[in-house]
Amino acid sequence: MTGPAIETQSLRRRFGDKLAVADLSLTVDPGEVFGFLGPNGAGKTTSLKMLLGLIAPTSGSGRLMGVPIGERRARERVGFLPEHFRFQDWLTGRELLQFHGRLFGMSGTALEQRIEALLARVDLLDAAHQRVSTYSKGMTQRVGLAQALLHSPRLVFLDEPTSGLDPIGRRLVRDIIRELKADGVTVFLNSHLLSEVEQTCDRVVFVKQGRIVREMRLGSEAHGLELELRLGAVSEEAAIALAAMGSGAREEQGRWRLRLEGEAQVADVVRMLVARGVAVYGVRSSLPTLEQLFLEVLGDEVRPG
Amino acid sequence: MRDLITVLHLTWFEAMRRRILGAALLCGGAFLVLFGIGIHFIVREMHGDNAALLERRMVLNFITLAGMYAVNFLTVMSAVLLPVDTLSGEIESGVSQTLASKPIRRSSILLGKWLAYLTVVLGYLTLMGGGVALVSRLVAGFSLPGLGVGLPLMILEATILTSLSIAGGTRLSTVTNGVMAFGLYGLAFIGGWVEQVGAWSDNEAARHVGVAASLLIPSESMWQLAASQMQPALMREMHFSPFSPASVPSPAMVAWAAGYAVVLVLVAVRSYERRAL
Repeated sequence: MTGPAIETQSLRRRFGDKLAVADLSLTVDPGEVFGFLGPNGAGKTTSLKMLLGLIAPTSGSGRLMGVPIGERRARERVGFLPEHFRFQDWLTGRELLQFHGRLFGMSGTALEQRIEALLARVDLLDAAHQRVSTYSKGMTQRVGLAQALLHSPRLVFLDEPTSGLDPIGRRLVRDIIRELKADGVTVFLNSHLLSEVEQTCDRVVFVKQGRIVREMRLGSEAHGLELELRLGAVSEEAAIALAAMGSGAREEQGRWRLRLEGEAQVADVVRMLVARGVAVYGVRSSLPTLEQLFLEVLGDEVRPG
Repeated sequence: MRDLITVLHLTWFEAMRRRILGAALLCGGAFLVLFGIGIHFIVREMHGDNAALLERRMVLNFITLAGMYAVNFLTVMSAVLLPVDTLSGEIESGVSQTLASKPIRRSSILLGKWLAYLTVVLGYLTLMGGGVALVSRLVAGFSLPGLGVGLPLMILEATILTSLSIAGGTRLSTVTNGVMAFGLYGLAFIGGWVEQVGAWSDNEAARHVGVAASLLIPSESMWQLAASQMQPALMREMHFSPFSPASVPSPAMVAWAAGYAVVLVLVAVRSYERRAL
């Protein structure tokens, strides 16, 4: 595949007086695991629905694997797991996958083999003959994941895929996302569980009021290092010097924390403290967590959803 | 077309799995047995009374038409209620997102469901209507006249109401859709009676009100036309029963009703295609 897996220009959607998505312009590369983050009401679900052709944009444009969004062809190689996967619960798990497979144009042995493989992958072989109405929330989510992968899509949209799953189920989803990435499949992940996103995504964007406010690549030092120091008594002069060496210096529960630009600065900080007579009992550096970045980027405007 | 057939099969399968077809057949069978028992006793009493042939035929025609009226009512209920939540329910629950995100046209989803419910309703109507005529023939030896015209008109009525229920489901919630569809049917029903009373009492204004109601929703006028066709001219002229309309809908109304059903389906397709899911 050449060109971006997802490309949008100024997508906008208004519902009456309410502007759900103000201006969404993004590019997702093929094979990338992409996190789409933001507080409740940030326009994430509306954006996702526009990409899938479930909602028409008020203005702007977009393409999925080169095909304009909204066109039927744009959804041919796309899999989608909605946030609250629901389907006719009078079907059995296997019947549900057979029906979805036929909607993807699959049939015969190829479909049956694919269903068998996916039921095994999401650990539902034993429950395949049961009606979906008897499934737990986690089982429903897993059969939903299987339907999204039936036709071996090249682009998969996962909206809160670990919702309702226990730790084992969450690990299963993480493993599947890693397998998809290894196969070169693009994954567009919308999740509130930032630790999950942190473990699976290559890149994330933060969305606020339907606009991308920050984009960042994960697993690099591009966003600095979080330094935690266990110190003896810190003079006012040493505290001022410490604050000047990084950002966000603060003392919490007897430990000092500040953000440095990179690892090279750690030794400078320790030298400076020792030179000012401050006893250094412990030093620990780590990449900032996604939750820290989320709160930093979205700031005070984030309210509990 | 392949997608439409897949949705059609799923909807039929749903009707079977949820025992809708079984319940309809069971209740329909009970109705026909009851109708057969009733007509059996009426025939026996008429034999005892040595009723004249003409009188016997008119009574049997009335009884059979009463049976057809009951079938018509049950069909109206089925045509509205069966598909009332098929779209609105799926939109509310989010099932439609899973379906519409597949590489299929939304029109295939809508038309597949419409066709599935229409065939179920029409199958029910044909079985029940044919059943009433057959029971009447077997038990009383009476053949309902004009069945070949009457039944298609009832089919047209059921098509209008099924399409109305499907079309409403693209925009309205399940309850609102049901209230709306039955409200419109009620309007047509009352309008039909106002027209009959107007015709009987030579009240032009009342007749016009009835015609306007029939134009707004032509379902009831199809039943009135069907009922007038399923009785001999003498009985119709004498206004022997409530099924002998004083004002018979014209053939133009049949064309209007057919066009109405087509437009309803087209509106439903367009509405569902443009709707945010």
